[in-house]
Amino acid sequence: MTRFWTRLIVLLTVILGVNYVAWRWMASLNWEAWWIAVPLVIAETYSLIDVMLFGLTVWNLKIRKPPPPAPADATVDVFITTYNEPLDLVMTTALAAKDIRWPHSTWILDDGDRPEMRELAESNGIGYVTRGADWTPDMPRHAKAGNLNNALMVTSGEYLLILDADQIPEPDILDKTLGYFNDDKVALVQTPQYFINVPADDPLGSQAPLFYGPIQQGKDGWNAAFFCGSNAILRREALMQLGLVGYVKATEKSIRRALAASRTAIKKARRSSEAENPLVAQMLDEVEAATESAQRELEAGASLSEITYRVRRKVDDAVRTLVAADFSALQSDLEEIAAMELAHVGEGGVTTVASDAVERMSGRDWSPLGALESVHAVLDAISVERTDEAQPIMPLATISVTEDMATSMRLHGLGWKSVYHHEILANGLAPEDVKTMLTQRLRWAQGTMQVLLRENPLVQRRMSWGQRLMYFSTMWTYLSGFAAVVYFAAPIIYLTLGILPVSSLSWDFFIRFIPFMVVNQLLFLVAGHGIPTWRGQQYSLALFPTWIKACTTAARNVWFGRPLGFAVTPKARQSGGPSWSLIRPQIIVAVLLAVALVVGVIRLLAGMSEPLGTLVNVAWVAFDLVVLSVLVKAVLYKGFVPEVVGPERPEERNADAV
Amino acid sequence: MQFSYEVNDSYAEVKGVGRLNMVAAPKLREVVAEVVAGGSSRVVVNLSETDFMDSSGLGALIGCLKAARQAGGDLRIAGVQPQVKMVLELTNMDRVLTAYPTAEAAFGDD
Repeated sequence: MTRFWTRLIVLLTVILGVNYVAWRWMASLNWEAWWIAVPLVIAETYSLIDVMLFGLTVWNLKIRKPPPPAPADATVDVFITTYNEPLDLVMTTALAAKDIRWPHSTWILDDGDRPEMRELAESNGIGYVTRGADWTPDMPRHAKAGNLNNALMVTSGEYLLILDADQIPEPDILDKTLGYFNDDKVALVQTPQYFINVPADDPLGSQAPLFYGPIQQGKDGWNAAFFCGSNAILRREALMQLGLVGYVKATEKSIRRALAASRTAIKKARRSSEAENPLVAQMLDEVEAATESAQRELEAGASLSEITYRVRRKVDDAVRTLVAADFSALQSDLEEIAAMELAHVGEGGVTTVASDAVERMSGRDWSPLGALESVHAVLDAISVERTDEAQPIMPLATISVTEDMATSMRLHGLGWKSVYHHEILANGLAPEDVKTMLTQRLRWAQGTMQVLLRENPLVQRRMSWGQRLMYFSTMWTYLSGFAAVVYFAAPIIYLTLGILPVSSLSWDFFIRFIPFMVVNQLLFLVAGHGIPTWRGQQYSLALFPTWIKACTTAARNVWFGRPLGFAVTPKARQSGGPSWSLIRPQIIVAVLLAVALVVGVIRLLAGMSEPLGTLVNVAWVAFDLVVLSVLVKAVLYKGFVPEVVGPERPEERNADAV
Repeated sequence: MQFSYEVNDSYAEVKGVGRLNMVAAPKLREVVAEVVAGGSSRVVVNLSETDFMDSSGLGALIGCLKAARQAGGDLRIAGVQPQVKMVLELTNMDRVLTAYPTAEAAFGDD
């Protein structure tokens, strides 16, 4: 029944929304003020698409029944990922994990490589994993994804429960979730992330009841429930398959690229001064012959290990032959000299070239080829060892700082299924100060944008359209920063300059706009079953500088290889007083809004603007200010204080009151 | 799963009997590391009695291939059974590894 009402309201929202926005584009634009009229209508179109994607999500909302019991012999590794969290915090989680009822092995994955952590783990009978010897300092570490990929190679459970260091699991977390894997195609079961250190009014917007509720349930209905990094169970086989497919793809790509680059590299090497040496010139001929035949073999469908082996073999043989020839010429020269200057030969007789010299001078680094860097690089890249990564198999995606979303998207692309289990089975800690909260939101947004720019879900042909749109929908919401700027600017411009982006605020406008807004809010109400969504709506507008920064830094990172300026979210509260400087752009906007309010009223009194326009824009400014006010609350928030239970401890209350 | 190996003049043959899955994968890595450390970097993994392999098993083969190549040799597979062949194709790993009919044939060409 709820489903019927939800779908009805979704349909109404779409119809009324398209009706309004189409009218806006076709009949309402004030072209004289196109510089604000066009951005505003684009922002409104953005919001319409956003709500349509939300509607599509809840259209298929899936309420699951508990799964059947899992086979008793299912083996599980519980991974607790940590980098720099306090030891007692990690141990609290680890000990709770050890107490999970289903038979399992518990592992602390300590990326901080702390000896005290190892000691604590071992003395409590908990496994301890750090990066292995392959993770040399010159290899990319890939943060949490790298940490998990490393651990996957040294453990062997069929299923993996992944927990952030602060997520304390319930003892029955596996009993309640493993049964979903009875379906052979299920690769992932995600449970909610819930935070216990958050007061009821949630000043930092930490809880995500809409996401870990209707949104994930809706995505689940499209078989597109996301992996969210923690409180999730994964099937090892699926992850390893992902790693293998990725390995083959990366290897083939790098070989193709190297072969394509080899012609240029050889040409360049021939022009260099080293190539004047006839020995080097001959070697280059051999390298060229080897890479050309490799290219032919690749087209003919030979296996990559064979191709790369042959190239290496041919080049090595050629180098050895040529170096040997060179040495034998040297040797005969020496003998000739010895023959000419016989009298001077000492007790040692004729000087001979050391027997291992040919071998050594033929090695990669010593041979004359080694000096030709471009050729050297090409030859190194024609390999199946994936020399640019610490380990060839990287099951968790490393294309984004939010490895979770990228990984589940690839799993869906391989035809695996995912499940969202809507029951809190782990309790975590949310950031308790604005700075940490902003860092975390920035990281999520950046990661999401990286996935969009690197592997746009809309063009992933192996996913269904429903799945593609579910991933795209989440990415789309992170573009809201740009729309927010327009929504703040438009009323300021009207109230201060009297410029209206709409041709007229007439009956035509209200009859289209108001029904759309009403049904839009109704949709959130019905789909959310009365879940508090206001905090989320406030933050999606109020954090506009964070969202914009995420988009620009991610674009620079993906397109120009610039660093993200990425930081791990600290779990401990940052000290210091209220940090207003963190929300400077929002303060400036709030001041401008307030000034506009005053100017608008003065202009109205002076008869310079019409009452209706002023009224609408004053209401709009008021709405904007209420939205932004959440940040005042956030900055003043002093961290979580658990509520005192019962009246039996009055002294503590008094202490608080002072 | 039981592994055994035998070193001859031209290569070392590692044989696995049973299921090469997530449990056996680390063992395979250890055995091949031991063989390579012993000086035989030309390795054939004989799979004629391996009736099941999963992605972890294949992952271990790639790890072993890397170890052998870095030691200047190679790792090849032989005697692939139908299920293993299917897994190779499913993961596109047949693009990387050639399955030779027998251990003797694996290094037959060089």
